[in-house]
This record gives sequence, structure tokens and C-alpha cells, in this order.
Amino acid sequence: MHFAVCIKQVPNTTQVKINPETNTLVRAGVESVINPFDENALEMALQLKEANPGSKVTVLCMGPPQAESALKECVGRGADAVVLLCDRAVAGSDTWATSYALAQAVKSLDEAPAMVLFGKQAIDGDTAQVGPGVAEWLGMPCATYVRAAKIEGGKALLERAYEDGWEKLEVALPCAVTVLKEANVPRMASLRGKMAAKRMEIKPVTAADIGADAGKVGLAASPTRVVRIFSPPQKTGGLKWAGEEPAAVAGKLVDWLREQKVV
Amino acid sequence: MALKIDLEKCIGCGVCAGQCPFGALSMTGPDGKAEAGPGCTLCGSCAEACPAGAISIEEEKKEGTARVEDYRGVWVFAEQHGGVLHEVAFELLGAGRGLADALGVPLGAVLLGEGVEGLAKDLFEHGADEVYAVDHPALKDYTAEPYADALSALVGKYRPEVVLAGATSVGRGFVPRVAVRLHAGLTADCTGLSIDKEKRLLEQTRPAFGGNIMACIVCPDHRPQMATVRPKVFRKPEAQPGRTGKLVKESLELAPPAVKVLETIRELEGEANVAAADIIVSGGRGMGGPEQFKLLRELADALGGAAVGASRAAVDAGWISAFHQVGQTGKTVRPKLYIACGISGQIQHLVGMNSSDRIVAINKDPDAPIFGVADVGIVGDLFEVVPEIIKALKK
Repeated sequence: MHFAVCIKQVPNTTQVKINPETNTLVRAGVESVINPFDENALEMALQLKEANPGSKVTVLCMGPPQAESALKECVGRGADAVVLLCDRAVAGSDTWATSYALAQAVKSLDEAPAMVLFGKQAIDGDTAQVGPGVAEWLGMPCATYVRAAKIEGGKALLERAYEDGWEKLEVALPCAVTVLKEANVPRMASLRGKMAAKRMEIKPVTAADIGADAGKVGLAASPTRVVRIFSPPQKTGGLKWAGEEPAAVAGKLVDWLREQKVV
Repeated sequence: MALKIDLEKCIGCGVCAGQCPFGALSMTGPDGKAEAGPGCTLCGSCAEACPAGAISIEEEKKEGTARVEDYRGVWVFAEQHGGVLHEVAFELLGAGRGLADALGVPLGAVLLGEGVEGLAKDLFEHGADEVYAVDHPALKDYTAEPYADALSALVGKYRPEVVLAGATSVGRGFVPRVAVRLHAGLTADCTGLSIDKEKRLLEQTRPAFGGNIMACIVCPDHRPQMATVRPKVFRKPEAQPGRTGKLVKESLELAPPAVKVLETIRELEGEANVAAADIIVSGGRGMGGPEQFKLLRELADALGGAAVGASRAAVDAGWISAFHQVGQTGKTVRPKLYIACGISGQIQHLVGMNSSDRIVAINKDPDAPIFGVADVGIVGDLFEVVPEIIKALKK
């Protein structure tokens, strides 16, 4: 069985710069890491591979040449193959164009995957839109916010969280899932894995290599436009009580709450 | 943009008509060749499917302007579970009403489910002018694919210019599929919406990078303009008893769901949910362990059944379940009173709670950023102060 994991490399910092001309993010020069939720997706795929002998895991990433390091880390942890989609044509893609490009990359795999896994969202954009979007392009059902998965009788049995509980789902394969942090604890790269990663030569593919329509990728194909970026408005603090006896300050607080008619 | 059918190349095979998600193509053109009807959304499915390469989507220089004008109206997705409307449906009606008035168009609500038409009355009383209801067994339990099929079909037929849905696990699960299918722009998790009246554009504001940056996003050349909106960001409007509107019952053919819901488990049974609570008592790293959350539960009880919340630090440490988490990766809350205990106030937490009516913070560190958003800040040891608050409340 083939498990495909789509990962994103994200800046490991809150200091993010914006290109004022294109209004897109400048990612060069910022230390990058694998999006944390994607590590949980990879771990889920590796566990599914172990539970289903004869399986393999392929990790796909769209990004700049530096994203090679993220893919090598995945190989270190046990991924069998990687695809790096690296092309100026896909730069500036919003979630619509990104999900198209990634879907094309999945379609270009020699063996069609039984499951395509994603982290629940990326910590930079926080949209959570690419996973379901790729599933739509691939015509697969998609379960979001999954915390457990196994394969039984040719079907996926999943646990999907929602706001105040969770559901057990049965989904026909192939399917897509987006994975929560609580699903697992990602493993470290093994020594053997690190050797394999070192040996592996990653040859980036272009949009044309994966059969992507040039009119559906990049900024031009993206319906959304970021027109303005600004810092969130700061709320200023109100009363501050320090150095008072606990009983006295508690009494003052309860008086205030009663005055405000909240209790 | 426009759909072009090259009749020289068309072989009349009908593949495109079968492929069109909106039933907009038919073999009614000259010599039984393909013809596009008004339901076409330029999604391009037909162009991809056509074996003769006869269909193309032509990009014109002034992309989209004519088509953009074909779209009118503001829609909200009225999420319901088991026949009960989600609060965010009302909040969206409140927000949508303002947008519809600014654009001078009606406000529609979309109701998907089985046997849920009765909910339309409540939607009318909260501001909807029109309710589009699809009643179908495939929509009984939420699963993304039939929901996406139904909403795509409705949008394809009625062409609203704006579609809003709650940024809930449901909205964020199926709306991205709809946006992909319609080649529509979709902005996730918006915290602000306004209208540029001149250009008839929806201006969507959302946090990114964990709330460190706010971005304003528009969608100039594609319709509808779609957004998911955080629960509790907008206020639920007052009901106007007796207010009514037009109920449009739409019957659709939907494929049976590929995802089967075997079981639903409610984790917060018997416990107040932070997403809906009027008062929230929240704990962070300063709590020190799972046992100490008992103290917060006591405070919550003394406040008359408040909900217990938590920062990501407390959830990640495994002291309390993720269902209690407030913040960027948890829930956004807007209670009448939020009491933050031992929470330093990382930006990721603040974006989830800083629109609460009143904020009280208790923290040992006088420089904790949480004090910057607090109406009342108490610098002190929560384990000394909170028991005294419980005592004082019981007096």
C-alpha cells in the first residue's frame, strides 16, 4: 500500500517579512522547519506502513530548493521516496493554486496512493484549506482533524475530532486525511535513515514535469490577493493590582465583578 | 473569462455534459453538439474531460468583469447538527446582513440536512431574506463530499457574490472543496469583513503567523468571494419575531456519502463548552499540573457554572484535553468574563480571547503580556488568590 504525505516548510520564527511589491512573503533568509502538524501526518503514514507490510511512504513538498532539507529529514525518519516540486511558476500560489499543484504531483506518482495525508494546517498561513482542496482535485473523500487511523478490510477506519467530541468514520480508499497533533508523537530520524537521506539525491521536478497546466498555478491563477498586511491592534491594559494581600485583592475583584454585573 | 466550444472540433460525444458538476452543458447545439447553459461557472471540468480538445476557457484581457457582475447576493451557510442550528449561523446572519445592505442585495441562508426546513423560520427572524434548503438523506450526518456537492450546485445555480461559512470543523472541512470546484477565492478564519462599495469587493481580514500579522484579502476576478468566519467574532443579532422571507426548496441528486459516520462521541458531556460559555476560567503553564485544574473547576462552579479553558501550554503538557483549548489553534471565545490564571499571554492565546467583554488576569510575573489586554490584572500567586476569590464569591 502506498501512503503519500504532503508537507510544507514553514519559517521557524515569528519574524516574518513581506515583499511590499508583490505582497507575498519573503521566505529566503529565514530558518525553516517542517510544519509541526505535517510531522504528525508523516508519523501516521509511517505507522500505517508498519502496520501494513509491503507498504511505502512518499513525501511531497512544494517549495524552494531549500525544502530539500525538510524532505531529507523525512527520509531519515523512514520515508521511502520524495518529490520536491520546485518551480518559479508556482510561486505566489494561494490555496487554490497550491492544492492544484500538489494534486498534480500526487497524480504523477508511479503508484497511486491509498491515502494522502496532511497536517491539519500549516502554522504560517493557518488556513487548513490545502488538504481538502487537494482531495477535491483528486476526487477523493477527505476526513479533516483526524487523530487515529487504521486500515481494515480495504477501508480506512478513522477518528475525527470536532468541537466538542469526535466521530468514528469508515472511509473507502483512496482517501485523504488531515492529521491532528494529538494523533502521535513524531519519531526522530534513525541512524540508518540518516545514512539513506545522505545518499539520496533529490532531483526537483517542475510544474511541467508533473503535467500541471501553467494557467492553474502561481499568483496569476490564484483567486485571492493580499492587499494589505498590518500588525494587530493592541488593547491597552486596565487596572493592575500588585503587592496586595490575597484576601484583600480577591475581595476587590469580587466587588468589581458585582459592580460590572457579571456575577 | 468565457467558455469557448469549437464546433469544428466537437464530436458530439457528450463526455462534457456528463462531467459538468452543474449540469450546465447539454448536447443541444447545432448537429447535437455541445452547448453551455447559464449554470456554467467556468470551472473547467469539461475542458479537461473533452477528448477532442474542443472546449477551452478563454482568458480575456479584462479578466472576469462581465462574469463577476452576474453574481449578486450575500449567502451564509447555516450550519446545523441534529436539527439544531450552530450559534455561528446566527452570527453570520448578523455579519451578512451588514454586507448585504452595503451591497444593496438580499441576504440568503443555505440549510443542508435531512428534515431541517423547519429551521428556516429562525433564520428569517435573524435577518435572512431567503433560505435555500436542501433536504436529502445523504446530508443527514455531516460529511464533506455531499455537503460540497450540494453547496456547489446551489452556488452554480443562484450565483451569490459572497458566501460565508463558520470557521468550524465542518465549515473548514467542506468549503475548501467548494472553492476548488468553483475556482473561487476562499479566505480562512476571518475576523473582520467589510465591503468596498465602489468595487463591490469583500474585504476580508484574518490573522496569520499565529496572530503576529493581520492580512486584508480580496478576490477581484473570481466569484463567489468565499470566507470562513471565526465563531464568536460577530454578535448574534436580536431576533425579530414574525419576520419572514422566501423559502426555496431545492431538490438535488446527491451521491451516497463515501464517508460513513459509525459513531459520534461527545467528549464534553456534562461539562460547559468554552465555545458557548458566558464565563470562562482558563489555566496555563502556571497551573503546574493536571490536579491543579480542580481549583479552576471550583472557581468555575462558584461563578455559577462557568466553563474551564486552557492555554496551549497546558494542553500540550497533557494536563487537560484539547477540547478546552483557547487560542489560535484552539477555540476563539468571546465570553462576558474571561479569567486567565497562570497564563502568560502569548499572541497565539490572545487572538483567541482578546475580544472577551471583560478580562481578568492573575499571574506572578508583573511583565506577563496578558496584563496588556486585561481589564483587571492581579500580580500574585494564583494558588493564594483563587481560593480567596472562591471564598469571597460564596459570601
